[in-house]
Amino acid sequence: MYTSRKLISALALAGFCSAVFVSSAQESVRLGTPVSEADLAGFDLIAEPSGAGFPSGSGTAAQGKAIFETRCAACHGLDGEGNSAATIIVGGDMQSEDTPLRTVGSYWPYASTVFDFIRRAMPADAPKSLSDEEAYQVAAYVLYLNGLVGENEVLNAETLPQVRMPNADGFIDQSDIQ
Amino acid sequence: MKQDKLEKKQQPRLEKVAGNGLLSRRHLLGLGLGGAGMAMSQAVMGQDSELQLEIPGWSKTPGPGPSAYGSASSHVGLERQSGFGNPLYPGGGASRSPLQHLQGTITPNSLHFERHHAGVPDIDPAGHKLVINGLVRQPLVFEYEDLLKYTMVSRIYFLECSGNSGALLYGGNPDGTAQSLHGLVSCAEWTGIPISTLLEEAGVLPEARWIAAVGADAASMGRSVPLNKAMDDSMLALFQNGEPVRPEQGYPMRLFNPGWEGNTSVKWLTQIKVTREPAQFRDETSKYTDTMPDRKSLQFTFPMDVKSLITSPSGQMTVARNGVYRVNGIAWSGSGSIRRVEVSADGGSTWADALIDSQQLDKALTRFSIPWQWDGSPAVLQSRATDSTGNVQPTREAVIAAKGTINRYHNPCIQSWGVSPSGEVTNVYV
Repeated sequence: MYTSRKLISALALAGFCSAVFVSSAQESVRLGTPVSEADLAGFDLIAEPSGAGFPSGSGTAAQGKAIFETRCAACHGLDGEGNSAATIIVGGDMQSEDTPLRTVGSYWPYASTVFDFIRRAMPADAPKSLSDEEAYQVAAYVLYLNGLVGENEVLNAETLPQVRMPNADGFIDQSDIQ
Repeated sequence: MKQDKLEKKQQPRLEKVAGNGLLSRRHLLGLGLGGAGMAMSQAVMGQDSELQLEIPGWSKTPGPGPSAYGSASSHVGLERQSGFGNPLYPGGGASRSPLQHLQGTITPNSLHFERHHAGVPDIDPAGHKLVINGLVRQPLVFEYEDLLKYTMVSRIYFLECSGNSGALLYGGNPDGTAQSLHGLVSCAEWTGIPISTLLEEAGVLPEARWIAAVGADAASMGRSVPLNKAMDDSMLALFQNGEPVRPEQGYPMRLFNPGWEGNTSVKWLTQIKVTREPAQFRDETSKYTDTMPDRKSLQFTFPMDVKSLITSPSGQMTVARNGVYRVNGIAWSGSGSIRRVEVSADGGSTWADALIDSQQLDKALTRFSIPWQWDGSPAVLQSRATDSTGNVQPTREAVIAAKGTINRYHNPCIQSWGVSPSGEVTNVYV
């Protein structure tokens, strides 16, 4: 009885030791190369609702009109009316009796997303071909088409994230309850 | 007593366990299946066969030798099925797995479903970077070759697009197949590095709550994931069923969030930014949000619900009168493992427990089956899964009652396959 108990504790000890060894070996694999946030300025495109990540530059809807008409209107229409259900970006009413039309103006909760998405993914046939300045201008024009900013309102890292979206309170975050 | 036993042995009987011909699953365990098979083949037993069996041609000629990268038999024509594609949105769209032709639980890499938002990038791993930045002590860049040196884990997980089965919510696609209606789910063994390993190397700051994951595709598709999931079981997947992750699944690397809506498992992963708040990307605000009848929209609905589906017989198949069928299908849950699958042949009036034929792994496809003898009367085949948390798959009626018909995401409802008197199987709404 005594012997077997001793054997078990010896085995447990051996197991413990090897676990520690493996763990320390794992920690020795650290192959990431340090980089600074400044080095990532042209790489990190995330523009958050807080304003974090917005680049320098600015734009107005008046400046964005011409770009929108040449680069965006083929899919989204001259006035944002779209050419298919998937490309309508103006209008809609979340409280309409029928199935609501969900657009940038009626559905999107954050203005920051408009800039973030244009800069990372639009135009769909040539993403990231707009300069930061042009992305501000086109975002301003899309918000203007939805009646959310004035034609000559200057949108930049400070002002754009503060544009209040009509459906800002329309979402329920499920992540906390799961 | 002895005599009684003998009689039973001589006349094997099919044990009916629920309405419309469902038979006990024990017939599939070999206890009575021989009897069932014999009953069916008695008509031809003892007759002179007209068959003259001969050695086939392929047994007389050597075949081709080994090949560099194998492919399916030329007699097997399984294909993914592409759905919508928008010519104005290059590379967007989806393809669906041929669920009704697959068995077991692992989806072959060539048949794993796809969903892209700007096509499949052709990534040279030597030029690919994985950046971790934001709320970390030290932002880091990782190279593919270096990542291969880390300790890896292998896990079998399903992946399901949250738009899967969406057509059922609006009562569409009566001619649909298991593939066209539900083919946005697949299952593979994923091998990679726990995300926690890489985050710990960068050093997560105490105020961090989320990560923002971004892909290297043309859309730079991004999703926010709570830090507690990332530190729990999220993985940087580098291998899929043993080979490097396929391009359409994110080569050279993807995020994999077990059990969660597929879109969060960002493909071609190139950046993890540790943040305090979600980034509110387009694909977690405008898309992948569920608008309820009160017009509020549910956001960050992550785990996929408990769900099952009969894959055979299923839409566009035909069954023959008086045949005994091995009704079978798949079940899965984003919250755990599958504990039970019940099958009904009478549209949900009566149910019988199916046999679980596969391993019951956490967050993985599970195969079930049950024998069914069809007598030619109209039938409606359904399956209903229960997972390890006790959640039970809901009816379509219950899903619509709870979530309305504006929403098209996260539909786990019971699928009904109608069987007509002539044996045609179709998608029906009961």
